[in-house]
Amino acid sequence: MLVPIQWLKEYTNVDENIDKFCDRMIMSGSNLETVEVFGENIENVVIGKILSIDKHPDADKLVITKIDVAAEEPVQIVTGASNIAVGNYVPVALHGSKIPGPLHGQPKKPEGVTIKKGKLRGVESFGMLCSAGELGFEDKVVPVTHKDGIWILEKEYPLGMSIVEALNLKGEVIDFEITPNRPDCLSMIGMAREAAATFETELSYPETRCEEKGEGKCKDFIEVEIKRPDLCKRYVAKVVTNIKIEQSPWWLQQRLIYAGMRPINNIVDITNYVMLEYGQPLHAFDIRNVKGSKISVDTAQEGEVFTTLDGTERKLTNNMLLIKDTERAVAIAGVMGGQNSEIQEDTDTILIEAANFNADSVRSTSKKLTLRTEASSRFEKGIDPNLAEEACNRVCRLIELLNAGTVLKGSVDVYPEKAEAESVKVRVDRVNQVLGINLSAKEMIDIFHRLEMKTMHLGNTITVTPPTVRLDLETEIDFVEEIGRIYGYDKMPVTLPRGNSEAGKSEKQRLRDLSKETMTALGASEVQTYSFVSPKGVDSIKMDENAEGRKLIRLLNPLGEDTSVMRTTLIPNMLEVLARNYSRNNENVAAFEIGTTFFNNHHEGDPLPEEKESMCVAVYGPNKDFFTLKGMVTEFLNKLGIYECRYIPEEKIATFHPGRCATLVYDCVEIGIIGEIHPDVLEKYGIGARAICCELNFDLLVEKANTEKFYRPLPKYPAMTRDLALTVNEENCVCDIESIIKAHGGELLEKVTLFDVYRGKQLLSGTKSVAFTLTYRAADRTLTEEEVTKVNDKILVALKEGCHAVLREM
Amino acid sequence: MQNQLKAILEEAKEQLDKASSLGETEELRIKFLGKKGKLTEILRSMKSLSPEERKTLGQTANSTRGQIEAILEEKFAMMKELQKATKLKSEKIDVTEPGSLIQLGVKHPISITIDEISKVFMNMGFRIIEGPEIETVFNNFDALNAGPNHPARDFTDTFYITEDVLLRTQTSPVQVRTLMKDNPPIKVISPGRCFRCDTPDATHSPMFHQVEGLVVDEGISMADLKGTLDSFAKQMFGSNAKTKFRPHHFPFTEPSAEMDVSCFKCGGKGCKVCKGSGWIEILGCGMVHPNVLAVGHVDTEKYTGFAFGMGVERIAMLKYGVDDIRLFYENDMRFIQQFK
Repeated sequence: MLVPIQWLKEYTNVDENIDKFCDRMIMSGSNLETVEVFGENIENVVIGKILSIDKHPDADKLVITKIDVAAEEPVQIVTGASNIAVGNYVPVALHGSKIPGPLHGQPKKPEGVTIKKGKLRGVESFGMLCSAGELGFEDKVVPVTHKDGIWILEKEYPLGMSIVEALNLKGEVIDFEITPNRPDCLSMIGMAREAAATFETELSYPETRCEEKGEGKCKDFIEVEIKRPDLCKRYVAKVVTNIKIEQSPWWLQQRLIYAGMRPINNIVDITNYVMLEYGQPLHAFDIRNVKGSKISVDTAQEGEVFTTLDGTERKLTNNMLLIKDTERAVAIAGVMGGQNSEIQEDTDTILIEAANFNADSVRSTSKKLTLRTEASSRFEKGIDPNLAEEACNRVCRLIELLNAGTVLKGSVDVYPEKAEAESVKVRVDRVNQVLGINLSAKEMIDIFHRLEMKTMHLGNTITVTPPTVRLDLETEIDFVEEIGRIYGYDKMPVTLPRGNSEAGKSEKQRLRDLSKETMTALGASEVQTYSFVSPKGVDSIKMDENAEGRKLIRLLNPLGEDTSVMRTTLIPNMLEVLARNYSRNNENVAAFEIGTTFFNNHHEGDPLPEEKESMCVAVYGPNKDFFTLKGMVTEFLNKLGIYECRYIPEEKIATFHPGRCATLVYDCVEIGIIGEIHPDVLEKYGIGARAICCELNFDLLVEKANTEKFYRPLPKYPAMTRDLALTVNEENCVCDIESIIKAHGGELLEKVTLFDVYRGKQLLSGTKSVAFTLTYRAADRTLTEEEVTKVNDKILVALKEGCHAVLREM
Repeated sequence: MQNQLKAILEEAKEQLDKASSLGETEELRIKFLGKKGKLTEILRSMKSLSPEERKTLGQTANSTRGQIEAILEEKFAMMKELQKATKLKSEKIDVTEPGSLIQLGVKHPISITIDEISKVFMNMGFRIIEGPEIETVFNNFDALNAGPNHPARDFTDTFYITEDVLLRTQTSPVQVRTLMKDNPPIKVISPGRCFRCDTPDATHSPMFHQVEGLVVDEGISMADLKGTLDSFAKQMFGSNAKTKFRPHHFPFTEPSAEMDVSCFKCGGKGCKVCKGSGWIEILGCGMVHPNVLAVGHVDTEKYTGFAFGMGVERIAMLKYGVDDIRLFYENDMRFIQQFK
């Protein structure tokens, strides 16, 4: 909401400098975005009158003008403008003058533009005639009359006078941020009410009394019927004849421009002016085109076509509210008028409409038509129906003031049920308790009065009646807020809540923290990827057609296909991260993510789908292979107290290399999968390195984790080690051999460590050599060679039986 | 023979003096004291002498041996030192060469920021809770006093899965879940992911993180809200941080406020980060609206509460000077590794 400070001062006499004004308004609840200052950066730009316009001898598009600027001699200026005429009053930037700019077709420079004399196609030019844009106004607010050319002033001003002075250009405009609960602040009076309450100044309302010199009464000209009182609470109409359409005087144009609206002509400008002043949208119909002299407010026919005054044909639905005459629609209620009843140059008599339309109805119509206007955006937030009459009168008053027409007597006002303010009981002690302050009832009542509320005080209770414009005040807490913000949040004390509840984190949160710490200690960095993904991801990783992860949850309104389903696995996201890093030449990557995955399963009676937490780790880079990641994962699991997790070879998951993939099984439950990414999948993602990836079911890890620590005494007696190098067939995996060793090692076998796997020339093809170190130890004595040999031999026998392992010469 | 011994001693002295390595010294030891050494030879030849002569000569010989041994010992020690010094000298490395590449993993800056925020609130006695990312429309809007026409409900603002189920647009539904499940006193924060229909650009992301806070107890006032959040700001941004509470509007709190923190880059003088104002908007907060408490069947006469919510990306961007929110979700290791 753009509020020119000069305009605001018309209603309340706030005399603070702009910074202080803004600060205090912010602290009383009117937050602001920016303050713009107009009329700055303009030097030596004066009023001039065009004395002559002559053709340029050498350029068709240029003319040579002589301008009277009350100097000794007229100034010669060459211009390309085509909208000027002899006798026009225009802003003249003399040699050496400064304007904010930008010059036509150039970008805006913060320091402005200096104008110097020069030659245009051989003819001397001693300055420049200015457009409003060149003097710092945005194109969209430049008055229609000169929007594509030089600024033609609307009347005679003293020649040679500074334009800043003549037009009173200097002034600040504050852009207030209006929250949705305060539609009453979408008006100058509304903001003035806030300023008056903030600075404890008087608020004065504009003059609305009309002379009504016209012949005849309004109600003889027009009849109004509200057929949908549920959608239209009030309809006020007044009639004005002898309309003279002209430019508005500068003071009115200026206020509209500074408030961000383009001046069009006096009648349109007045309706816009009053809308900005009161927040009540208004509309003027040419009464010639209101057939049957009757207005009715009713919904449209399904499929009805109507041309709005922007020239667009719009197809209507049967819940859209229309303003109709006896034959047809003349406006879409609260949104936009029709082309068929628009004010024209020769309009003589107009009907001024000030109505109150249902917020939801206007919102839905505006949304369906994708047509948002100043009027609709106000109606959809809610407007006090009591404003309609005053605003309508104010329009007529201004028409009289500008001599733009003759107002007929009286009005038509259909107002079936007058809106009355509801009183609310506010308890003094409750206000103090919620705000943590200690105000007396009298102090509270003062604040209510500053906000134009009426009060009745009895003991602990103040009965407060707010003005009807304050649609947001309904219950006690709303008034607590009013007291709080006017008293000042900054004056409230600072305390800490007493008492403590059980602080800290849940077991799951703790384990998640521990997991992140462990993974980073192992050299992996955390990534965070979108929860919504492309449905193609599961194809890209060649997920099984029947896998649960294929049951994707789809968004109804995704931003795009790439973010249209909720992820069921972290792997595609992780591969995208790897691919991005690979393409950016990051040679060595170890990354992990812990995040939510979503499955289309529903628990009985729960409308929400199942969310599972998952963890994904991946690496690529020099010297990184399956075992690098396996080592990281194993150590990570150990940290969670998950020891001896089994890695079971897995050949059928197409995401992974068939010979380099394993499922992780712990406690008879599958907790995850690890493997080198299949070359086809790598290619799909454009990853040119071998990547290894592991996805773990984090919820299961939380279930299985055991991070309680118990001390085990350090061994008192020495260990004895034996190295075994065995030749076995390729099919025998290390895991199976280890199990045999452990199964037959008895109590004395403390540890089995694989230290070498060899395949090569010295062995038959299809066989490999695996070498283990077996560590033997007894808790209560030093072992003897004989004891160890006995156990070792037993193991060798078992290995021979179990997997035809042959002891190899070391 | 006495003379011979003397000569041997002199010779040994002379030669040992010249010896310049451990090996030479050892050779000399063998030459003079070894089994076939000169001194041994003399001692061996003593057999032919009379007991008297043998005694005197023996004494001299022993003294000679003792002296040579002493010199040798000294020489050996010296040579060992010398050898050690030579070895150390030869082992000199260029310590300015880079160390072996051992890379610590790094937590994501968003996680780091959430951890910092959580730590501050845990120290103030808050419990950390979580809620689902997919929520009901009821928990996300209705229960939070956002009317049926609230613009945030639009398809253009919120991602829907069905008419009644959506991706939560804020962490506030966790407030609702807590109020429905727990009885006061309540003192919780809830970090998590949120989603809104924003096309990604430098300052917008369709997915982002918030930390929500809720305190409900008897006698909780706006002064408690100010105290708690002011303390948070000082712990998070430094003890010099000042706070400013500006009135604002949120459907689920009343009175509502936005909290600004004095700019931690310029200390309040005004700079690029705070756009010259000296203040940075950090969070929204307010007293929990009675309608919201009522959803959880909390006795609104007995209990009051406050709530707050802050955007984690915003805080991380301000703290670390990150100028493009998309960097958080590109996961370029060169970006993440900066937060070691």
